[in-house]
Amino acid sequence: MTLTATPTRALTARIAGIGLIGPGLDDWPAACAVLAGSSAHEPAATRIPTPDLLPAAERRRLGAVVKLAIATGLQAVRAAGGDAATLATVFASSGGDGANCHAICETLAGADRLISPTRFHNSVNNAASGYWGIAVRAMAPSTTVSAFDGSLGAGLLEAFALIADSRAPVLLIVYDHPYPAPLDATRPLPDAFGMALLLSPAEAGEGPLLSLSGFTAAPVDTLAEPALEALRRGIPAARALPLLARLARGESGGVVLDYLDGLHLQFELDVGRSSTVRAEPVEARLEALPENALRQAQGER
Amino acid sequence: MKPLILSHYTATSCLGAGLAATRAALADGRSGLTRCDFETVTLDTWIGRVAGVEDVAMAPGLEAYRARNNQLALLGLQQDGFLAAARAAVARYGAQRVAVILGTSTSAILETELAYRQRDPRSGALPAEFDYRSTHNIHSVSEFVRRAVGTAGPDWVISTACSSGAKVFAAAARLIATGLVDAAIVGGVDSLCLTTLYGFNSLELVAASPCRPYDPARNGISIGEAAAFALLERAPQTPPPGAVLLSGCGESSDAHHMSSPHPQGLGARLAMEAALTGAGLAPADIDYINLHGTGTPANDAAEGLAVHTLFGTATPASSTKGATGHTLGAAGALEAVFCAVALADGLIPGSPGTTAVDPAIAIDYARAARPARLRHVLSNSLGFGGTNCSLVFSRAAEA
Repeated sequence: MTLTATPTRALTARIAGIGLIGPGLDDWPAACAVLAGSSAHEPAATRIPTPDLLPAAERRRLGAVVKLAIATGLQAVRAAGGDAATLATVFASSGGDGANCHAICETLAGADRLISPTRFHNSVNNAASGYWGIAVRAMAPSTTVSAFDGSLGAGLLEAFALIADSRAPVLLIVYDHPYPAPLDATRPLPDAFGMALLLSPAEAGEGPLLSLSGFTAAPVDTLAEPALEALRRGIPAARALPLLARLARGESGGVVLDYLDGLHLQFELDVGRSSTVRAEPVEARLEALPENALRQAQGER
Repeated sequence: MKPLILSHYTATSCLGAGLAATRAALADGRSGLTRCDFETVTLDTWIGRVAGVEDVAMAPGLEAYRARNNQLALLGLQQDGFLAAARAAVARYGAQRVAVILGTSTSAILETELAYRQRDPRSGALPAEFDYRSTHNIHSVSEFVRRAVGTAGPDWVISTACSSGAKVFAAAARLIATGLVDAAIVGGVDSLCLTTLYGFNSLELVAASPCRPYDPARNGISIGEAAAFALLERAPQTPPPGAVLLSGCGESSDAHHMSSPHPQGLGARLAMEAALTGAGLAPADIDYINLHGTGTPANDAAEGLAVHTLFGTATPASSTKGATGHTLGAAGALEAVFCAVALADGLIPGSPGTTAVDPAIAIDYARAARPARLRHVLSNSLGFGGTNCSLVFSRAAEA
């Protein structure tokens, strides 16, 4: 491998849990079977579950983008039996909440310009991070990064730098959701896709070891199956699929993931003795929230 | 953390373009707020508007990025020789060795707001000239700055509402510590748009008069716009006397509410404690605090309580939002530059608009600017979604 930059401190993490929601792929166990080649990929629209730990009144207020991010993150935490309240989080997405943005822009183009307060506070790009923190009571650091089609790469860089700095686990959640008309014509995305990795410091726990070796100009890894490769190309968050395919097959080795032009991320995966990441969810320390915890009050900030 | 040096920095806000105007306004306690005359906005409020943004010509080859937010970014880059300094860093370290990490809350959403007035009446389509990637998309400002400077290093935008412009310093420090890059252009750029003006109005958080942080009669924010940048590099073993260093970063989440702060300011306190720990300092070492101080009743009460818990009444503190308005995703970077100016010039900035200090908030609030010898200062940035970031900046010791 040819690296154009290498880190001077080890950028290594264990993959303690994986979450995945995509077209015809409801969760990591389902995606794992498809990526390992043991079951066929059945094309179907992405099904975004409503996160069960939110009170019913609040579930209605969440946009699909936020639901996607939270549900994907919960899969990874539950798979690892992690304590979501203690986890630092990195949210990465190539865009924002398109449906919410569309509604605001329509209102602003109209006569009265009266935006709903909920629409406005849901419009912040860190809405998923905010709702996640409230839902799981996480006071740890959380960030929201974006680099257009390279948002996965930005999220991975931030997550690995954070682990090297804090020596504490980081939950990375990468997600993209299509825009409604007319914005969809200017930014076509075929469907929604979310991917989460619960990353632990190398010295802690178990799970496959993933090392960020550095930057490379080498071509990114692709997928042999045309439908999966179309997903990888079509949705920025799905550019993690080559790494996930290796994990599903239990194959150690190098993986090049997309980031920016001429600046791809070279990873080295060591699956060790565990051939795949645990696909059976174990119970995580997550409780349902009281109804008032996410109340819609007149906000002040 | 290992300190980083702010080898160059600049700020453009309603106080003026560049450091000279900024310095003079901070020393004089001047406010740049004016009655709202932005676009077709009919709200009874005051804004911190940067003069001449609409007239900034985009660089050749970068015309697709023409939008108020990117024009403001370019105006900011052009001040104080910052663009030249950034290009010199690229030449010195190599194009892939200089990162760009910028904060914004709304990117160039104004372009989308305007495009929605020109939709095709039959199909609903946006006008053909609307360019999503280079204007609307949240990443457009750092892609634009990356191209304007000519770096080929990593770049991303942090968009965590009103902490964005502070969190970029923390992210850049971590990225530089990996050894993958040697320097980072960090900053914040946020520009006036209808979404934030009408949005904060919907929450009844927009003041009808210029904002009055920490005043007992405070009743909301004034919205502003700004572009502020810093070039971060590893500090030499013995930094030049008087140099400004980033010495600590702290981040936390409130886990409380989307648009109200934790009533006791618990998240803010955690961020301040983490920043002090990172800097290896105690509260008594901090000589000045640049508060988030938006001028809403809840923010100032909660932040004030958190500051009181950590610092008591011993540390001079002020919010500069009465001078600039709340510049949202740029505020953390703008106020980082204010901290650099405060350290370099020996100045505690005042709080224009604040006519009295809320007696319910027991901190040493500085209403008027005054000279002071400062060694370490702290800046707070708190945002919607319960996102908090505190930064510590230090002045390198004299030889």
